Amino acid sequence: MADQTALTLLCLFLPVLAALLAPMAIGRFGAAGSWLLALAPAFSFVHFLTLLPQIADGAAITGGYAWVPSLNLSFSWFLDGLSLTFALLITGIGTLIVLYSGGYMKGHPQQGRFLCFILLFMGAMLGLVVSDSFLMLFVYWELTSITSFLLIGFDHEREAARRAALQALVVTGLGGLSLLAGLIFLWNMTGVTQLSLLVNVDDMLRESPFYLTALLLLLGGAFTKSAQFPFHFWLPNAMEAPTPVSAYLHSATMVKAGVYLLMRLNPVMGETPAWEILLPFFGGVTLIAGTVLAIRQTDLKLMLAYTTMASLGLLVMLTGFGAPHAVEAAALYLVAHSLFKGALFMVAGLIDHECGSRDVAQLGGLRKAMPITFGAALAAALSMGGLPLFFGFLAKEEIYYALAHGDLRSILFLVVAVGGNALMFAVAFAVALKPFLGPKVETPKHAHEGPFLMWFGPALLAALGLFAGIFSAVAHRFVSTPMASAVAGQPTVVDISTVPHIGMPLLLSIVTIVLGLLVYLQIDRARALAVRLLEAIGSGPDRGFDHAVAGLVRLSVAVTRIVQPGRLEIYLTVSFILLALTLLVPPIVYGELPDMPSWPSDVLFHEWAFVILALLGLFAVLRASDRLTAIVSLGIQGFAVAVIFLLFGAADLSFTQFMVETLSVVILALVMTRLRLSPTDHRPLGQLLFDAAIAIACGIGFTLFLLKATQGPFNDYLTQFFNTYSKVVAHGANVVNVIIVDFRGTDTLGEISVVLITGLAVLALIRVKAKPRADAVPAAVEEGAKS
Amino acid sequence: MNTVILRTVAPPITALMLVFSVFVLLRGHNEPGGGFIGGLIAASALAIYGIAHGVAAVRLAIRFHPMAIAGFGLLLATLSGFVSIFAGVPFMTGLWIYPSLFGVEVPLATVISFDIGVYFVVVGAIAGIALTLEGREED
Repeated sequence: MADQTALTLLCLFLPVLAALLAPMAIGRFGAAGSWLLALAPAFSFVHFLTLLPQIADGAAITGGYAWVPSLNLSFSWFLDGLSLTFALLITGIGTLIVLYSGGYMKGHPQQGRFLCFILLFMGAMLGLVVSDSFLMLFVYWELTSITSFLLIGFDHEREAARRAALQALVVTGLGGLSLLAGLIFLWNMTGVTQLSLLVNVDDMLRESPFYLTALLLLLGGAFTKSAQFPFHFWLPNAMEAPTPVSAYLHSATMVKAGVYLLMRLNPVMGETPAWEILLPFFGGVTLIAGTVLAIRQTDLKLMLAYTTMASLGLLVMLTGFGAPHAVEAAALYLVAHSLFKGALFMVAGLIDHECGSRDVAQLGGLRKAMPITFGAALAAALSMGGLPLFFGFLAKEEIYYALAHGDLRSILFLVVAVGGNALMFAVAFAVALKPFLGPKVETPKHAHEGPFLMWFGPALLAALGLFAGIFSAVAHRFVSTPMASAVAGQPTVVDISTVPHIGMPLLLSIVTIVLGLLVYLQIDRARALAVRLLEAIGSGPDRGFDHAVAGLVRLSVAVTRIVQPGRLEIYLTVSFILLALTLLVPPIVYGELPDMPSWPSDVLFHEWAFVILALLGLFAVLRASDRLTAIVSLGIQGFAVAVIFLLFGAADLSFTQFMVETLSVVILALVMTRLRLSPTDHRPLGQLLFDAAIAIACGIGFTLFLLKATQGPFNDYLTQFFNTYSKVVAHGANVVNVIIVDFRGTDTLGEISVVLITGLAVLALIRVKAKPRADAVPAAVEEGAKS
Repeated sequence: MNTVILRTVAPPITALMLVFSVFVLLRGHNEPGGGFIGGLIAASALAIYGIAHGVAAVRLAIRFHPMAIAGFGLLLATLSGFVSIFAGVPFMTGLWIYPSLFGVEVPLATVISFDIGVYFVVVGAIAGIALTLEGREED
């Protein structure tokens, strides 16, 4: 077992290790390096495959290592039917994607970087689905957002790509924070920090008064990640990424993370009214919105992107529907979708790569030039359309089986599902047939079959969709049944096969296909209709995002102008006024003013001398005709105080005070010469009085504070402690130094870091060349606001 | 300020102050003193030398950039804290050894190297600020 644990750990980190090697491998071997890199996910895939029989027998594998035992944190994983299916999809499709990227990005100067990002993402996504601990789940969740950001913005020289990357990061990142809050709620409600233990809590979550809050927060995470309406807008924009990214992240894996989370939580949070209203509602709206938006497009990738959104909506709807078989349908559809959508995206990339266009209006008659691609596209589209023999057919049958009940709610969602599926059918064939059939159309590049690296992936995925349908018993035994059982939270058997059963589901399938065919044949008219409909609705959340971001920038500029006006006088004035208020207001309000001190009678002559010296110094400061004299006079006062410290036995303090006084006079004098100020003070009388009032208030405040502090009973516990232990424990007689370097050494370490950083900051400030214009800084901020 | 008197006495004073600063640093564990005060003394010594003979002379004399010295100090202090890991005790726990040099037992400790680190940080940072402010010819 220990071997298996270590091997699983290795498999979780293999993609990350491969990512580190990717730039080197591509640099050394060129595009052929992708064969080498694909070994990593392939190895993980095989390892997970060997775990399949155990999982299929109903076992769940947990393993891991203690990470921070004192905080009860562990790096632990949990493999059941759901996470293993995801792990297989991630590593399996991932292997194909790495190979496909080898062909797609061949000759690209940054191919190594690209594969590095892809493999990093794979590591993050794999971690996400196998995570057992909540915190680990969250960390991996955010890592997928970050790697997705890097991949969408891969062509960082295009503005559209940068915007799309940032948008995806903001939307999914905000969702991630919501998820974190939700997970903390779960932890507080149940006291459990691991998903594998969550199944034991029964109804504790559902009965908790915080159920709805936690649910909404978790949905915030899931809906943003899985592009549910109204957070869907980042997904189509993410199509700015190179096609392998769209195929892998934005259809097969990452966008399903939200669905994964919902499926994971279904056993403990599902079957409540809130769950069964929110999920089907938003899922249904997303399904319809996605298909309508998809019909409107003519760009292959965008059509697929919107159908992905629609499919995610369908999955969310099924997960939350709550009827028997709905969960099985969701499990089947999720697997089927990953297979056919991954394949179709790769086909779209292939067409784009070989013909130079991915606009359906400019493509046609490619079947002779690209026969293998055509075959793969057709098989994937048949699965997406849900025609018999294909895995997609099984999924659709199961969906209708789950939804076909007599009540109003079922009928409503049944209509939504049939309509959505019919439109998706039409889009599937628009993508898979339109470019290949009909007369040959001239394309920007001379069309020909792509390289093996590129057609191998889609062909294999499409073929898998067919075999999984034909040999459904095997697929159900190893994938569908364990996954559906994990989602349902109880043993469930999936037994649907390609043999048509006469009944309601079959009838609905036929209706879907007929409707889909009708729309496909009239696709131009349907497109015009969709365009008109969307124009009538007006601007969507995509525009809203821009407005929100611009508003945020404007707001922060306005706040910055108020808080940071950029004049030292104002900063100092505000700081000292606040200091005076802090010192004076609380004692007055709470009646904590010190008692009037009694006049000291035993002050010695030389002590008086130094007090008078200090006062003379102050007087000299006030009378000084120029600034330099004032600074030096302030030093007199400081030295006098240092001597008084010495007289009262604080040798170290006095010592330091001497040095600090000396250096501050020197540095202040140097700063004065630097700033080229006028040597004398030109403040008008009013300003002078105002500043004097602040200074006097601060002085009174400190005096009262010190008087109060010394009037309280003196607790000598610390004195006793340090005097007792300084010599014994820390081998030092100078208590002050022992405290600094030993008892509280970590504090000192922090302090000297501050000293160093201050030094660096001062150096940087002095070296800044004065800007030619006085208003240069606000102008720069304004430019930031515009861009 | 650049008088003949100052220029003549600045080198011996600087040298004396530097020696004194090391003395203060080392005696700090049992008598008044320590890395912080020692560092301030050394920084003032460098500042005096700079005022008398110019910044370039000081930079030449100390060989390293003041911020590099400060960085070295911080590194030394941090590493002194990490030594305790090898003894299996918490971070920053003081560890002592008593090697015998020429028949005299010399107590050495991570707290001493830590204090030396403090000394270097203070010298480097303060001298860095002072020298940059003094070095008007650079801009």
